[in-house]
Order: sequence, then structure tokens, then C-alpha cells
Amino acid sequence: MSEFIQYTLQGLAAGGFYALSALGLAVIFGVLGVVNFSHGACYMLGAVISAVLLGELHVGFWVALVVVPILMFAFGVLMERLLVRWLLALDPLYNFLLTFGLTLVLVEAVKQRYGVSGLPYEVPAGLGGQVTVGSVNLSTYAIFACLFSVVVCVAVGLLLTKTRIGMIVRASTEAPERTRALGINVGRWVTPVFGFGIALAGLAGVLAAPTRAITAEMGSNFIIILFAVVVIGGLGSILGAVVAGFLVGLVEAYGIAYAPTYAQIVIFVLMALVVLVRPSGLFGREEVA
Amino acid sequence: MRSRTVQGTVAIAATASLALAACGGAGGPQSSGSSKLTDDKVVIGLLNDQSGVYKDLSGPNSAVAIQMAIDDYKAKYGDKAVAKDIEIVQADHQNKADIANSKAQEMYDRQKADVILDVPNSAAALAVATQAKNKKKLYINIGAGTTALTGASCNKYTFHWAYNTGVLARGTAGAITKAGGTRWNIVYPDYAFGQDMNKSFTKEVTAAGGTVGQSIASPFPSDNFATFITKAGEGNPKVIGSMHAGGDLINFVKQFNQSPLKGKVTLAVGLMFITDIHSLGVDQFAGTQFTDPWYWNFDAQNKAWADRFKAKTNTRPSFAHAANYSAALNYLEAVQAAGTDNADAVAAQLEGKKINDVFLRNGEVRKADHAVIHDVYLAKVKSKAPEDWDYEDIVKTIPAAEAYGAPNPACSMG
Repeated sequence: MSEFIQYTLQGLAAGGFYALSALGLAVIFGVLGVVNFSHGACYMLGAVISAVLLGELHVGFWVALVVVPILMFAFGVLMERLLVRWLLALDPLYNFLLTFGLTLVLVEAVKQRYGVSGLPYEVPAGLGGQVTVGSVNLSTYAIFACLFSVVVCVAVGLLLTKTRIGMIVRASTEAPERTRALGINVGRWVTPVFGFGIALAGLAGVLAAPTRAITAEMGSNFIIILFAVVVIGGLGSILGAVVAGFLVGLVEAYGIAYAPTYAQIVIFVLMALVVLVRPSGLFGREEVA
Repeated sequence: MRSRTVQGTVAIAATASLALAACGGAGGPQSSGSSKLTDDKVVIGLLNDQSGVYKDLSGPNSAVAIQMAIDDYKAKYGDKAVAKDIEIVQADHQNKADIANSKAQEMYDRQKADVILDVPNSAAALAVATQAKNKKKLYINIGAGTTALTGASCNKYTFHWAYNTGVLARGTAGAITKAGGTRWNIVYPDYAFGQDMNKSFTKEVTAAGGTVGQSIASPFPSDNFATFITKAGEGNPKVIGSMHAGGDLINFVKQFNQSPLKGKVTLAVGLMFITDIHSLGVDQFAGTQFTDPWYWNFDAQNKAWADRFKAKTNTRPSFAHAANYSAALNYLEAVQAAGTDNADAVAAQLEGKKINDVFLRNGEVRKADHAVIHDVYLAKVKSKAPEDWDYEDIVKTIPAAEAYGAPNPACSMG
């Protein structure tokens, strides 16, 4: 029994991190209708920048947690202004292909500059070690990453649903013409929302740095799991991304525990089942499907 | 830049060899004249990964090591040298077997390579072995781990100089089990390499008197190993063996270090190189045990060679750099002894030769399967690095015969 609790806790810890990582993907799709394939590459950039900040400038984890999202926000703004914006009016497939191409460019650029062997990063002071209760234990860092992720997810959810800014953003995307008629500059809001989504990817990258391999390819496998999370949760739904993040974390942990070879397959079986029963995902709006 | 230098060297060497050939007649008869050499020169081909995952392990710096061998050979024999013109040609196989195959053909046919060295990546290594066999030209593999090079795919022209996966298993699994680490759990990535490593480690642990409680397959690639590690810790093992490589290995080690097993259970790694430690830092790997074919700071002889290498490259050599040096130097010695660069004659000189040099200790070019057997080392990662690249404590020297075992019966030279 204690083993089962152990697996459950590990699943929840991983799930919180998945939720945060998928959040930016959900925000960008929900607001702009763009399937951002470069989300994994932006996650990778977040981790690589953290490692470079630590290795070359001796800037630690806590500062990176603030600085990296700001840098990635700027990167997202540039990306939207220079590239994504011009394809918004076309079929969503065009932006999907654009961001896919961008992923290849970013991954190769990082390989050229920092090689392929991976960059070093340490667990921040105070977050090493484990928390043990009875026979169950979790690494302190995993608990921190999970709690931090949940707090960010809740804050983003509140921002979009309870504040005036969130209201404008939602109105701008759901009924752009009517919102414009009310005297709001709709175009002005698209860029920062995209930048915000990219900043969230960068934030997930910083959180990943102490516990995962920091390589140019680190996002390439991860993005596939994130797509499973947002499809299960419902594309564009923030609550969906959070719930599905935890669900995927749990399913993966149980999969590893009881059928290790199929640990990743079970995630996609779950995705297939959800899509069969509810094509728009657990919390998706009907029109999204 | 480098290819341009090589081109320049080719041009100079071509002119020089023309001049030499012209002077040859006037120089009087000499038993070691350049006429015994094909194309009047010896061409050493270096075919390896110059841009990808094995670039740091071997890559362009192996050309520096080979040049050191050429310099040493020339210094030793001077005017008596059979090979007066020695040239290096190099190419990047990008870890792809098809590219390795065509580059090897190009090297043997168009660039007139007499021997090809290095070729990491097992699939690429086997492709080049077939080319060597067909073209009847020499091939000394260093970077690849597959035992097939000295097994089912062995041939008269192929030698395997540095290590193979069997050596890693016998070294790491055998030594740790005999030192008291008798109860193992193994986690391996679920593809050909990982499955092979799992089999050979399980075999060696059992042979050394230990038991493997669980062998757990992990999907490849994987990011999240927390639950795998928990599962591997069940049944109270003394050793957890990770058979992962590259990014998976780093993920595994980072997450193992954050688990309660750190410090209580020995972490053994199937395939690890000094470049992995360099990229992650010693603290992540501290205490990890693995088999190293050679370590630069093992003794004064290695250190002296490593100092020469550092003066040229500003970095410390990996085992692959030292092995490329050793292979190139012994190839040239064999050319010297044979008086020609004819592949059959040179191979005959190498076969059965006992060698002690900076890389090979108690080395022997085994005639039966062309495995170049030598002492290897069980290494343990230091907890603090006194200087950059000084990362390993050598726990134990594993004698050549023990490390390599008997020749592979699957090998038939034909």
C-alpha cells in the first residue's frame, strides 16, 4: 500500500510540472488559435538560458526564475511581431508549420553554440534532499516544483477569468469585431498574450533545469507529452490543462510501476479514449473540436 | 577551415612526393625506399563524428593525436623511415551508417587511404568493416562498442583497438559484484543497445556470483525517471545499474541524486565517458562506478602524454584520443617492420603482436578475432575535481584476459 501511495505522490509531483508546461500551449491556442509547435523548443531555451546564466554569469536559480520568463516574453513578442502575426489570417496549419520550422532552427542553433553533451546545473540550495513521511518519500525539489506550478496555474487562471485584462483578452478573441466596436484595440492584446505563453514555456524550462538533462533535444520528446496533455484537457482550456497534467502524471507513474515498458504508451491510450468519448477534450469548448 | 588545411596538406604532400619520386633514382638503392609504398605515401583516414554527440569524445582532436603519432614515428626512424610521406585525411560520418559507408569508400578509393581509424557508433562501424573487407584495406576501430566487430562481422582487415560492450559489462558488473555489490536491479532503455547491455550485465553479475532482482525497461527517450528509480530501489538492492546513454543517462543520474537511494545504493553506469562527467560536473556523478579503457591521470606515462596533448589542444585527452594515437603509431611501426604499406603484410605484422605503450598495457593484438586486448580500469568519479578533467579515481586495474574473456567463437576470419 505504501508503494501505491509513493507512486501516486510521484505522479502528482510530475503532473504539476506537466500542467505548468502545458499551460502556455493552452493559453496561446485559447487566445490566438495558434498551435505552437515551438513550445518544446522555448521550454528548452528556458533551461539552456538558466544554465548559461549560472555557468557564465553566476546568476542562480531564484534570479533565473524571474529573469528567464522576462527574456522569453521578449522573445515571444519578437516571434509574434516578426513571424506568427502574418499567418494568423490563414489556415492554422500555416502557423503550425512555421513554429515547427522555428523549432528546428532553435534546436540546431543551440547545438551549434553549446554542443550536444548537455549543460551542468545544480539543485538550488535548500531544495536538495528528500521529505520522508513513514515509508513514503519525495524529493524536496519535486515538491517545490509541483507547488510552484500549481500556484502559477491558479494565478494565470484567475488573471484570465477574474480581472479586467483577462476579460479584454477573452473578449478580443471570442468576438473581435464587437470588442473593437466598444473602443478596444484588439490587435494590441494579441502580441503580449503570445509573449506570455512563451514566457510560461521558459518558466517551465527553468523549473526543469535542476532535475532534467539540459540539451538541445530536451524539448523534442517533451512537446509530444504536452500535446497529449492539452488534447486530453481540451485545447485552449486552462482548467483542462491543469487537470490533464495531473492525470497524465498519475497515469505515467502507475504505468511505470505496473507496466514499465508501456509507461508512455498508456498516456496516448488515455488520449485516444478521451478523444473518442469527448472529441473536444475533458474541458474543451465544443467549437474547438 | 580544417578541411582547407587538409587540402593544403594534400597539395603540399602531393608535390613533395612527386619531388621525392623524381629524386628517388638519384638517391641510390635503399631497401626502405618509397617505391614500396602504394602511391609513394601512407594515407591515414580518420572517419568519426565531428559535429554530433561523440565530437568531444573523439572528433577533430583525434587528428591531433594521430599527428602526434606521425611525429613520434618520424622522430624515431628519421632517414630510415619506410613511410616518409604520411598524410591524414578526415571526414565526418554524422553518426549515420550510410554516410560512413560512402565516406569509407571515398577514402579507400579516391583519397587512397591505407587505413581508416576510429569510427564511433556501432552501425557506422560495421558498415566500414564491410568496406574494409571488400576493398582489402586496413581498418582499426576505436570509438564503437559493438562486439560484432570481433564476432560475427570480424574480418582479416578489421582490428578493434580500445574496448567493447562485453568489456564494459565484465569490468563494471564483474568488479562491483565481486567487491560485495551482489544484489542488482537494472534499468535499461528499451532499444537494441539497452537490451544488449542488460543481457551482458545480467550475465556478468550472475557469473560473478550476484543476482539481478529486476530488469526494468524504460521507454526511449524518457525525461521522468523518478518512479523508475523508486521501482529499482525495491527489493533492497545493493547496486542499481543504469544502462542509459546521453540525455537519458543525465536525466537518470540527476533524478537518482534527488532520491533517497543516493548514498545508500551504489549507482553503476553501463556506458559512460569522461566527456559526460565534464559536461555535467563531478558532483552529479560523484561516486558512480564505470569501466574506463584508459585514464589520462592514471600514471606518469599517461600524464606526460596528456601534457603534450594539452599543449596542442588546450584540453585533456579522452581514452579515444590516446587509442587513436596508439593505433596510428602501431600501424606505422607495422609498416616499418613490413617495409611496405600492403594491407596483408601490415596485418601479418600486427597479428599476435604484444604491445606496451601509453594506451595499451599488457596489450596484445589477438590473432583469433583481431580484438586488441589490454588492461582496463574500474573508475569511480571523484567528489571534487582538483583540476578540470581530473575526475576519476582508478579503483582497480582489470587484467586484459579477465576484461576481454575468450575470443568470440562467432568470428571466422575466412
